[in-house]
Amino acid sequence: MLDGAEGRAKQKAMELLVRYAEALGAERFVDVTNVAGVPGQPTPFLAAYYKDFPGGQDAIFSHFDLDSDELVEMPNVVTRACHLQGGYDPDNWELLGASAEAAARLREGERYAAGHGIEILKTCTPYLVGNVPKRGEHCAWMESSAVVYCNAVLGARTNTEGRESTSAAMLTGKIPYWGLHVDECRRGTHRIDVDFEIDGIMDWGMLGYFVGDVVQEHVPVLTGIGKAPDLVRYKHFGAAAASSGGVEMYHIVGITPEAPTVDVAFGGNAPVEVFRYDADARRRTYEALNANASDPDVDYVMLGCPHAALEQIEEACRLLDGRRISPNCRLWIFTSRAVRRQADEAGLTDVIRKAGGHLLTDTCSAIGNALPPGTKVAALDSAKQVHYLPAMTGIQAWFGSTADCIDAALTGRWRGALR
Amino acid sequence: MSVRDERTVSSTETGRDRQQPVERIVLRGRKVVGGRAEGEALVTRQTISGWGGVHAQTGTIIETRHELKGQSFKDKVLVFRGAKGSSGWSVVFHTARLAGSAPKAIVFNEMTTKVALGAVVMRVPAVTGLDRDPLDVIETGDWVRVDGDAGIVEVVKRRAATEDRR
Repeated sequence: MLDGAEGRAKQKAMELLVRYAEALGAERFVDVTNVAGVPGQPTPFLAAYYKDFPGGQDAIFSHFDLDSDELVEMPNVVTRACHLQGGYDPDNWELLGASAEAAARLREGERYAAGHGIEILKTCTPYLVGNVPKRGEHCAWMESSAVVYCNAVLGARTNTEGRESTSAAMLTGKIPYWGLHVDECRRGTHRIDVDFEIDGIMDWGMLGYFVGDVVQEHVPVLTGIGKAPDLVRYKHFGAAAASSGGVEMYHIVGITPEAPTVDVAFGGNAPVEVFRYDADARRRTYEALNANASDPDVDYVMLGCPHAALEQIEEACRLLDGRRISPNCRLWIFTSRAVRRQADEAGLTDVIRKAGGHLLTDTCSAIGNALPPGTKVAALDSAKQVHYLPAMTGIQAWFGSTADCIDAALTGRWRGALR
Repeated sequence: MSVRDERTVSSTETGRDRQQPVERIVLRGRKVVGGRAEGEALVTRQTISGWGGVHAQTGTIIETRHELKGQSFKDKVLVFRGAKGSSGWSVVFHTARLAGSAPKAIVFNEMTTKVALGAVVMRVPAVTGLDRDPLDVIETGDWVRVDGDAGIVEVVKRRAATEDRR
């Protein structure tokens, strides 16, 4: 491919992957069969930057995705490939603050990607909507919360890739053989002794936030977890650990696939450090997550980071219990298009609408930089969203349980606490 | 600044005032991205989150609890522990390059796919794997020359550099 025999686009993609492999110090490539990225996405900045370049969609794909100075024509992808979150809900772009022009441009970008063989999943949770790599499968995924799920929960193999490397991998089926593709790099490095019963998604989110903060980008091994988390709890744990730190792989002894025992999880490594997560650590984590909020008047509640599973939407509806949200507050719940379709069928979208809220797709407030007008204080049930949203938008944000957040939506007041 | 750019300073040489030695330190590591650049150091012991942690158009760190919050790496030599957070790391630093707010070079400790890809698409000299911890040697404000191909980082300490400019 590098010699151009398979076309200029694949040549440019390989050139980028070679530069990337050299930077990593990787000596060879591995074949990947499942690639998740945001190929060709015409963000407002990129659309404006490349508007006078010839080539239309190919200009963004060539110059940005492949980092090529030369314009090339994008060929069809050679692997299973999907488009993750981004852009705007096609049915609610106006509510999300997009212009008609930007919304149309994104639809055009979507057609471009779909036309080259890419599944348009439009979610940060591909594993919730049918893209579930098998154990040991080499993948190239973006989206830190999906990457950590792919490695730790599914036992498939991917590093945290970026837009450029995933776009190049879609065209070549190659990624540097480095990091979590290699057995030794998947083994535990740090031990976390959990001395507190972890149950709800709020607790799993806090534990993840603590773990990411103390191990940064290393591989933690958790002991002391009695009850296996479900998919939603894994989702919140991993997303949090990949935000406060750079956790891409973890083990829960006796629970996750590569950790039948402590010894197997460490694979001969001695723990670099051992941390204890107890009631004190839990309280400190809760305080850190709420450090930036002081105003109890909540005017925005956002759920669905990472994108809500159907059962989370059901839970929100149960908690709303037929009541209307406060006139001073807005409620936006984000999910994938596929789950929204299920919610539509189940009547949940209507329940949320009747309560005064919205079930939205494709994006979230942080990814889309989309807040209801005038938002000053948000309430969130995701440690990941709390980590990013105040930094990106300057608002205050409370962290609590889904029930605390729905209560805030109904009353316009934050009454959450560590229970 | 241009005056000192033209000067050659060796570790045995002293400054213009012989009572004020120019401290020069050379670190050796490995190439991540080739090329040469120099500039004033911006140093952090913390990892940097790209997407959600940096405002790409200005190169400013925005992460709430980051020690560099509010400071821009534009035209600096960014010396840091490594990358963390979202997979949008490369996109943010790639965008910074297009917006003209990228650092002149980067020097870091911990290799990850995020920082490797980000360095590649930023197209600035990048070095890692140094024989001494650059976070112990380099302070914000020091003058740093990075030779990406040779994997060499040359540091002129701020005290000397300041005196040199008098």
